[in-house]
Amino acid sequence: MGDAPPLARLLDARLVEEGAAALPGAGLPWLAERRKAAAERFRALGLPHRRLEAWKYTDLPRALKDRDYLPAQRQAPASLDAVPALTGDEPLARLVFVDGLYRAELSRAATGSGSLPDGVRLLPLAQALEREPGLLEGRLDALTGDADGADPQLALLALNAALLDDGLVLLVEPGVAVPGRIELVQLGGLGERPVFHAPRHLVVLGEGASATLVERILGVGPTGGLANAVTELRLGKGAALTHLRLQEANEAAIELATTFGALEAGARYEAFALTLGAALSRHEIDLTLDGEDAEVALNGAYLLRGRQHGDTTTRIVHRVPDTRASETYKGALDDEARAVFQGLILVERGAQKTDGRMLNKTLLLSDKAEVDSKPELEIYADDVQCAHGATAGEIDADALFYLRSRGLDQRRARALLIEAFLAEAIESLSDEGLREPLLARVRAWLQKAGEQDRNETEGGR
Amino acid sequence: MSDSMLKIQNLHASVEGKPILRGIDLEIAAGEVHAIMGPNGSGKSTLSYVLSGREGYEITEGSVTYKGKDLLALEPEERAGEGLFLAFQYPVEIPGVPNTTFLREAVNAVREYRGEERYDALKFMKVLRARLKELGMSDEFLKRAVNVGFSGGEKKRNEVLQMACLEPSLALLDETDSGLDIDALKAVADGVNALRSPDRSFLLITHYQRLLGYIVPDKVHVLARGRIVESGGPELAEKLEAGGYAGYLDETEAA
Ligand SMILES: Nc1ncnc2c1ncn2[C@@H]1O[C@H](COP(=O)(O)OP(=O)(O)OP(=O)(O)O)[C@@H](O)[C@H]1O
Ligand SMILES: [Mg+2]
Repeated sequence: MGDAPPLARLLDARLVEEGAAALPGAGLPWLAERRKAAAERFRALGLPHRRLEAWKYTDLPRALKDRDYLPAQRQAPASLDAVPALTGDEPLARLVFVDGLYRAELSRAATGSGSLPDGVRLLPLAQALEREPGLLEGRLDALTGDADGADPQLALLALNAALLDDGLVLLVEPGVAVPGRIELVQLGGLGERPVFHAPRHLVVLGEGASATLVERILGVGPTGGLANAVTELRLGKGAALTHLRLQEANEAAIELATTFGALEAGARYEAFALTLGAALSRHEIDLTLDGEDAEVALNGAYLLRGRQHGDTTTRIVHRVPDTRASETYKGALDDEARAVFQGLILVERGAQKTDGRMLNKTLLLSDKAEVDSKPELEIYADDVQCAHGATAGEIDADALFYLRSRGLDQRRARALLIEAFLAEAIESLSDEGLREPLLARVRAWLQKAGEQDRNETEGGR
Repeated sequence: MSDSMLKIQNLHASVEGKPILRGIDLEIAAGEVHAIMGPNGSGKSTLSYVLSGREGYEITEGSVTYKGKDLLALEPEERAGEGLFLAFQYPVEIPGVPNTTFLREAVNAVREYRGEERYDALKFMKVLRARLKELGMSDEFLKRAVNVGFSGGEKKRNEVLQMACLEPSLALLDETDSGLDIDALKAVADGVNALRSPDRSFLLITHYQRLLGYIVPDKVHVLARGRIVESGGPELAEKLEAGGYAGYLDETEAA
């Protein structure tokens, strides 16, 4: 069974030897209890391995073999320039974490600064556990709770529950619209030794509330860490959350993230994930639509090169009639990069009039790049509209020739076609202000590809 | 005799081992308009693709000299930079690329090749609007993705717009008149006639004598089974219109 010596050691170090004293909320019996139970479960399950259907294409034990991680230290190196702005306008608030741990001096406008409206609580998880544990008690249960304990998919959730150290907590009261973006910035790679961290984020929107969360994962140093993040979303009736996730971890990092949650009637969750970084990443999204007229739109783009591996796995469960889900993930893979897309739309009995669409398209820019695409529909209702599709292929030779015949050189023509291909996904984002930074990243990636090509041809001459 | 624009000598080309062009000889002087007519499948489009540098054609024999240069040694984009333009028989759809972006990229790429300054967005729009006006085309063409959802005729007109923007020295028009309504045909012909000049040449591939009523060619050639089997003046087109290609097919069979 996929045993994980480095992580087991880490568990021991944190939970047994130190007696969890170094973890936030150490004095809370309910949390200690949860940590212990979760640790036991993780030990029993081990790391998810390739014999599990959902992990068939991503070999996590192999990626972690011979790697050793230290717990993150709050006194990690502090010599940091200001976090680069994402767009011209400043976010309403920004919580910055270094190696997963909150850094007040880099953050701005948490609760109390006056820029957040009444009815909005925004604070780091560790701080909440220390100062206001009541805020989280019933809520973290939802995660670490007694769901079928044998489900091996829960291993990463259990690992996170055992070691959760910090994260973002956003609680919005019913009817409150958060009037600007909230940024969650994770900076990594700075220390000398690779660290493990277990971010735990919680977003709860009351009835009719709305918010925009921009999550940025940035590798600012070269050290390869391991993140095992969990984000929980609770969207009340008619609530709306826009969630942009930009993963730009460094090339040595391993980024594991699980987003799970539920939507009540009329709630809407719109997510866009841009995956650029990490040696290996897996972004798993697991949502249930619990109320009529609830809607999720999951979109994303992945651009990978070298030997990067990027896995996007989604599971949407339609529980009741009249719910909608649409997914479009597009990517471009160069060199020996590999992408995985697994999408499941599950329509439960009685969930009539479900509208579910899933599309995955990948451009293979090199003959050694590879994509494993598995969109799936599992339907137990009879009156539904569901469709899925997946394509993978090279750049259209006719389009390339057409552009070249108009004077564009090979490099420029390819870049234009790849950008157009990805832009189609990015333009699905309803917040237009967020499209430009995404397109800019796509262009920067293409520019780099162009430079590589140029060096190769020049070197070859 | 004015300068030679294009000189094709004994050009042979095959696709997947199958000979399509079987010894083409053709010379176009600067300022001249030539027309090529010929039965379906005779190799007209193949010739236009070979001249513009599309992959997949094996040149087994012969040479092409364009403005004194060995054309076949150039990349497609270099040929464009040197002033060669092909209006495609089947223009390609490019989803996600707005027509304006495409036109600007093309014009600037060619300008850069020629050592001219790139147009900024504003200047380019000015130039573009002027061309649109000359061709009697609406702005509608610009916002949409390149050729996506364009009608057959709109695609052809978009080719002419590109030609007008790129101001080529040698334009190959592969059945640009097919699928055009009468007004559009006139507009396209006007566009070509406006561009005619002593240092610009055209090769019109067409099935219809009608186009040649608007754009009077200096020479008309008949391409059949991969060879030019007859050349003449504009009256040759009229003869073909009346008599078809039956005679040429037999002739080339025997050769
Ligand atoms: N990629 C290819 N593979 C195989 N055969 C090809 C290919 N491209 C062209 N051909 C063949 O070459 C011949 C010439 O084709 P071409 O398109 O040049 O004809 P054309 O004279 O332009 O015809 P039309 O008047 O119908 O446009 C045809 O028999 C065609 O089937
Ligand atoms: Mg043809």
